[in-house]
Amino acid sequence: MAASAPPIALVDGNNFFASCEKVFDPSLRGVPVIVLSNNDGCAVARSAEAKALGIPMGAPLFKIRDIVAAHGVRVFSGNFELYGDMSRRVTEVLSSFTPDLEVYSVDESFLAFPGMDHARLLDLGQVIRKRVERWTGIPVGVGFGPTKTLAKLANYLAKKVTMFDGVASLMEAEVRQAVLAQIPVGEVWGVGRALAPRLEAMGIRSAYDLAALDPRQARRAFTVVGERLVRELNGLSCLGLDDVPPARQSAVVSRSFGRAVTSRAELEEALAAFAHRAAEKIRAEGLAACYVQAYAHTNRFAEPESRYAGCAGTTLIEPTADGGLLIGEVKSLLERFWRPGPGFAKAGVMLAGLVPEASSMGSLFGRPAPKRDKAKRLMAAMDALNARMGRDTIKPLAAGLGKPWQGKSAHRSKAWTTRWAELPVVRA
Amino acid sequence: MHRPTIPFFDQAVAAGFPSPAADHEAVGLNLDRLLIRHPAATFMLRVAGDSMTGAGILDGDLAIVDRAIEARPGHVVVAVLDGEFVLKRLRLRGGRLFLDAENPRFRACVAPTESGFDVWGVVTAVVRQMGAASDPPKADEQR
Repeated sequence: MAASAPPIALVDGNNFFASCEKVFDPSLRGVPVIVLSNNDGCAVARSAEAKALGIPMGAPLFKIRDIVAAHGVRVFSGNFELYGDMSRRVTEVLSSFTPDLEVYSVDESFLAFPGMDHARLLDLGQVIRKRVERWTGIPVGVGFGPTKTLAKLANYLAKKVTMFDGVASLMEAEVRQAVLAQIPVGEVWGVGRALAPRLEAMGIRSAYDLAALDPRQARRAFTVVGERLVRELNGLSCLGLDDVPPARQSAVVSRSFGRAVTSRAELEEALAAFAHRAAEKIRAEGLAACYVQAYAHTNRFAEPESRYAGCAGTTLIEPTADGGLLIGEVKSLLERFWRPGPGFAKAGVMLAGLVPEASSMGSLFGRPAPKRDKAKRLMAAMDALNARMGRDTIKPLAAGLGKPWQGKSAHRSKAWTTRWAELPVVRA
Repeated sequence: MHRPTIPFFDQAVAAGFPSPAADHEAVGLNLDRLLIRHPAATFMLRVAGDSMTGAGILDGDLAIVDRAIEARPGHVVVAVLDGEFVLKRLRLRGGRLFLDAENPRFRACVAPTESGFDVWGVVTAVVRQMGAASDPPKADEQR
């Protein structure tokens, strides 16, 4: 019953990270801005002006030095404290339009509007756009569709086609008939780089071709994921807004180091910090890990004789999300693969075999219950404090205070909205 | 089974952070609620300069700026002028908007430049801490 499907909107920030930078620095108006990935490597966000200069997404900074210099492109290191706070603000404004909201990523949310008259959607979209931009300074695009997949496609159109003025709707079948044929199949949500060439090899080039596929055939060729895509493109909702996202399989925290790490103490400290952060992540989702792995490797482009990748993992006696215990584990894991000599360029910690915390019953060989409860209370207290006072207000000493291994971020802007000492200045 | 030592200071945590005040939030006065009407749209900026002393806004004050409020003439606003944040009074004269200073030592008004100006947000309050705020706490003070 596509006709009566409640409209779903996908709202996303335009060039979100670059837009966040522009809100608090008026000298950036009309100026091309790029934001770099972790460790100042590649451009991961580009303002409209930077896109117009032809800077591609993901371009490594060293490859675009000339354009940057010639056009006065302003370059920023990622400032995730700022982006996180701006994301929270955008979500808060969006939730004033409907209680039915699902945050999909740092700059995208799905909103449902059951019972909303389709004829009024484009107006609603404009109201959303204006309010979010007025309140937070972040420009957004809005796409409506009867399914999440179509809402996402509509959002793509809202951005690509200037005439739509930032809002597009694919609620009506006739509109879909007209425009889906013009959208390359690779733009469909969930198709991705792996699937697109396979589809093209079958003669499926546009979103329209994919929608025209027989769902059963899609299932045979591309499993249930393919079948769901075809149904969603035809307006049959398969992904509800309240669908619980698939439970996380693993949590990884890894970093490229700003410089080669050669001291064991430093590597140990980095791994401890990663274990602490990974434990925090799974606790936030009420999960516990059955398996922990630590790894570190040298620069992949190093001389073959000085290349080294070390990795070790262990099954935990009982599922745990206890940061202190996991830090201890990664330390003994490091003991197993540590080797003096090579300069490590990257390291990480992975927690896997995640199970709901409640189902972690403990085992014969696990820690006695009182001790476990104490650690759990400590973790809960730490999480509560960090939630209230800011990340890393308190943390295990093993995670280090100085973090000399932390990546480069030479061009980071200030935490304009989250630290008293870094507020923007206004001239009176 | 050997378990590595967990490097936490249990007792310090227990003693340093007694029961959080969350239970008591319902009673008492909350400055956030008084000063911030639209939390998602409210930002804090630090004031630098003396051009608005006539409006009671001093150098070093904290300006609370609400972007959700539509600026009207008479409001004190943060505007973007020539690539900079400025804090002035918005005035309407002869059908044109101006940014006025409020200090006799300053040029009374800033006419919009060729590129004009944009209102970034409306100032709803300023916060000024007195010297005593930075006095060190007494030894017997329990915070």
